[in-house]
Amino acid sequence: MKINEVPQDEAYMIKGKIRDVCYAVDKDGHYTSALSMGWTPKNEALKLAWEQVYEQVEETRQQVLAGKLSPIAFYMKQNIMDIAMLASYTGLSKWKVRKHLKMKYFNRLKPDLLAKYAEVLNITPAELVNTERIRAKAIKHED
Amino acid sequence: MKIDFQHSQAAHCENGVTSNLLKFYGIDLSEPMIFGIGSGYFFSHMPFIKLNGMSVTSFRVLPGWIFKRVTRRLGISVKRFKFKNREKAMQELDNLLEKGIPVGMLVGVYLLTYFPKEYRFHFNAHNITVFGKEGDRYYVSDPVMENVETLSSEELKKVRFAMGTYPPKGRMYYITGMPAQVDLKPAMIKGIRKTAKDMLTIPIPMFGIDGIRFLAGKMRKWPRKLGDKTASLNLSQVIRMLEEIGTGGAGFRFIYAAFLQECAEVLQKPWLNDLSLEMTAIGDQWREFAVQAARHFKNRDKGRTSYDNLADMLMNIADREEGVFKQLRKISLG
Repeated sequence: MKINEVPQDEAYMIKGKIRDVCYAVDKDGHYTSALSMGWTPKNEALKLAWEQVYEQVEETRQQVLAGKLSPIAFYMKQNIMDIAMLASYTGLSKWKVRKHLKMKYFNRLKPDLLAKYAEVLNITPAELVNTERIRAKAIKHED
Repeated sequence: MKIDFQHSQAAHCENGVTSNLLKFYGIDLSEPMIFGIGSGYFFSHMPFIKLNGMSVTSFRVLPGWIFKRVTRRLGISVKRFKFKNREKAMQELDNLLEKGIPVGMLVGVYLLTYFPKEYRFHFNAHNITVFGKEGDRYYVSDPVMENVETLSSEELKKVRFAMGTYPPKGRMYYITGMPAQVDLKPAMIKGIRKTAKDMLTIPIPMFGIDGIRFLAGKMRKWPRKLGDKTASLNLSQVIRMLEEIGTGGAGFRFIYAAFLQECAEVLQKPWLNDLSLEMTAIGDQWREFAVQAARHFKNRDKGRTSYDNLADMLMNIADREEGVFKQLRKISLG
């Protein structure tokens, strides 16, 4: 890559808040470092990854609103976690977490466990049990 | 309390942390030099390890290895820790900062508050240096960022104990002693030989040059086996691994080419310049691969570039890299 080929495409979402260091060859053939604003292929890959996340969150949101899954499932997806990760953050076993994703068991959760989930998911326990909050959460694409 | 520590940005976080730490102790090495001596260059495609639900493709060695190898090869003594207890992890850090020692550590990216949201996936192999504390806030030198950042103790604790693939478990490291004299030349040779050996001879198909071919083979089967959508996602995952946070595939090839160029001069071996040129060309091919792949998963048009074409590009890259490392393997001080 030559120094004038260092990509300066507009970055996805952040508009140049981070500039990457790249190494490139100057006109005498010597390597030097240069800052890059962003690169289209990378932006596209990031965008696709986020679209995938939003899609899954929305899907889960619908299922929570239909009463099939508990709010934990929604916030789990929103935090891009899976069951294994949520289990290791809460210190519970995977099958227990899986159980708590069902409304039936979620309703029976004791306050201390609820608080633990809320802490891991970065919300308050009151927000966690409030399904109306999820209904209000439209998933937006930011691009 | 703030240690007089000079922050500088780097293409790759671990190179940056290592080079900043060495600079603090009076050894000024460029980022390519750190990357080369630390044998940071690698390739692996591991379908059985998942990150965000998809196979891990990595263009570097495991986190922590670059620092470990650079310090070992230069005769620098270090200490590395891992913690079970969070409070203790923070206490130890405070103790070291009190003594005026800057501390490198491994953190998860997802909860890193100063990071832009677009990068904040659950990725746990990020390196930063902490070099001071005032009140509840820690001074952080993050090689990805242009300026010094700060984190509260609660935030720092959270990122140090992030969970998921390869949890950092509060890992931290610092330099305890410097040698009287640093001899670069043997360290450079060792770094090159190690990289060449690992790229060429690991008898497991997932690693090194074979790993690239392995990925190519897998890629050919994606559309049939997984369907178009998952295949696209897999491909985008490879591109993200290739390009995320300014590093990865092509970026590393250019850093390595820069390293070879420096070596040619320091070691008085002009033939390394030719290999540097070839490495630059390989880097450009990786970039071309990323462009084609992005075009493919963006339009999802099956016509022009197929997975077979992309796999062919990878096979070609693998052959060229093999050529370079076969020559590099023969390097010696004499």
